[in-house]
Amino acid sequence: MNPKPKLAVWKFASCDGCQLTLLDCEDELLAIAEEIEIAHFPEASRAVMEGPYDLSLVEGSITTPHDAERIQEVRRCSKFLVTIGACATAGGIQALRNFQDVEEFIRIVYAHPKYISTLEKSTAISEHIKVDFELRGCPISKEQLVEVISAFLNGRKPNTPTHSVCMECKLQGTVCVMVAHGTPCLGPITHAGCGAICPAYNRGCYGCFGPKETPNVASLSHWWNQLGVEREDILRALRTFNAEAEPFRKESDNYEA
Amino acid sequence: MNPSTLPNNKQIIIERQNFQRLLDVLKNQGYQLRGPTVREGAIVYDEINLVKDLPEGWTDVQDKASYRLQKRDDKALFGYVVGPHSWKKFLHPPVLKLWEAKRCEDGFEIKEKVAFTPQYAFIGVRSCELHAIAIQDKVFIEGPYVDTTYKNRREKIFVVAINCGEAGETCFCTSMNTGPQVSFGFDLALTEVIQPDRHYFVVMIGSAKGHDVIKEIPHTKASNQEISIAQSKVEQAREEMGRTMDTSDIKNLLYRNHDHTQWDKVAERCLSCGNCTMVCPTCFCTTVEDVTDLTGEETTRVRKWDSCFTMDFSYLHGGSVRTSVKSRYRQWMTHKLATWIDQFDTSGCVGCGRCISWCPVGIDITEEVAIIQEDKAKEKNDENA
Repeated sequence: MNPKPKLAVWKFASCDGCQLTLLDCEDELLAIAEEIEIAHFPEASRAVMEGPYDLSLVEGSITTPHDAERIQEVRRCSKFLVTIGACATAGGIQALRNFQDVEEFIRIVYAHPKYISTLEKSTAISEHIKVDFELRGCPISKEQLVEVISAFLNGRKPNTPTHSVCMECKLQGTVCVMVAHGTPCLGPITHAGCGAICPAYNRGCYGCFGPKETPNVASLSHWWNQLGVEREDILRALRTFNAEAEPFRKESDNYEA
Repeated sequence: MNPSTLPNNKQIIIERQNFQRLLDVLKNQGYQLRGPTVREGAIVYDEINLVKDLPEGWTDVQDKASYRLQKRDDKALFGYVVGPHSWKKFLHPPVLKLWEAKRCEDGFEIKEKVAFTPQYAFIGVRSCELHAIAIQDKVFIEGPYVDTTYKNRREKIFVVAINCGEAGETCFCTSMNTGPQVSFGFDLALTEVIQPDRHYFVVMIGSAKGHDVIKEIPHTKASNQEISIAQSKVEQAREEMGRTMDTSDIKNLLYRNHDHTQWDKVAERCLSCGNCTMVCPTCFCTTVEDVTDLTGEETTRVRKWDSCFTMDFSYLHGGSVRTSVKSRYRQWMTHKLATWIDQFDTSGCVGCGRCISWCPVGIDITEEVAIIQEDKAKEKNDENA
């Protein structure tokens, strides 16, 4: 029998929420461990096996010179590399620094700025290395993570549609919060995957999964404006977990005071 | 059908206080009742059991990208137009497991699908919606490839239709010849009449099944006066249509205007979110997902509603054919209003206005058609000059 494929989980600048999603797969975790060797997952076990690894899950963004080098190492020892979560796929919430002066932050926040070594920008993993697949979300969806691992093990394409959150709302019969309540919602420009949780609880979508395929951010923000949303609130909505994702960043620049 | 040609002798009266009896009789006959109910700030179609589940005293106020519930002055049970849902979700489920397979020594074996067909009674089906169901019948039943899930569900339904007493701001069924008068496809067709001292339904019986149900409910024969009051309600709806669409020559119009500049303009606003196709009662496209489990021993094939507005929809080997939003909107509208006629011998639009109300940025199919038509008029004038 062939040895089980080896899985590694890597952390860069992030909150750990996405890699914890793997541990959250309570019902599936044993089945996953049956099919794949969890070889490198410091958050779960101190026992670390050497590479190379068949599947690497990379969480977090690149924010320091050290990490910019380390990700190259991770790529070298990974056969198939999947980035997980908004930090890894778009720079994360920490990419808000990209719109500010980082030197100023360091001066204000740290007693001894000389010990701080950081990059000017927080960037997605794909800006540094070739990424084989990106799994979106802040945090990622447990079901989608299992689907990606399952697809990898079976040599097929994962079912992770890139269309709008609206389609998820409609498939489950959720009433549109924007049309029926006038609640501003990012759903029409946001990548599906969460299962449209917020609209199901009568809230607008926050865009946790980043831009969908071919997003028309300008048209939606224009409509938000007509709904009476202030410019600064449109700016804030576009600059959250996926602020550095290009379609969101580009449109948010238009709302900068 | 012209209202004056309706066979008056078949019409009866059910008083409002006996309406629960109608629901009870249908339930006793084994039907699962599906009808309008207020949820999440809208009138949706869902499970109902009692008259109090119905949107009594509510109406909807609609416009481009806007839908609001409002209290009525009366206690009408059906005093609204159409909401975000259509009956499509019951006959053509949004998500459907098609089959499962298990790996075996020499390949895989398909597990026998246990087909469960619910028996629905639809309460409050509008004329435009009956036309939509008839259109989906053509797609799913009348062609060479029959969709058995749809067919089995469709054959079992009991339809309590309701004539519209008022029209919404986004309605244009008169333009599409699909309403507001119910003319076919029902077991019972109701018109709700509310007077200061009386609340009743004028009922037309459309089938033997309908007749059997009516036998169990207290009713009286409708008088000519009651029938003419009911007809005047429908006439009122006809007068109130919020929108119109000129459908003369629409097929050739759209075929001729494949390169019209309006497609670029609509693409500037279109979000390609797919909402219009999801709420459309005739849009029928689906995608299929194969999902394996972690062990690779079992796999499930699932069918889901799809939309021609996604990139995946037109993905062939190597990429998507319709990468621009312009090409996707044009495909949708041209199919709906023109190529549908070649394909199914009917328009794909019933004038319910859902795509107008539920487009998050208020794109209006009647406006888009009118703009292309205006240019046609100009062309003609130029030729004549």
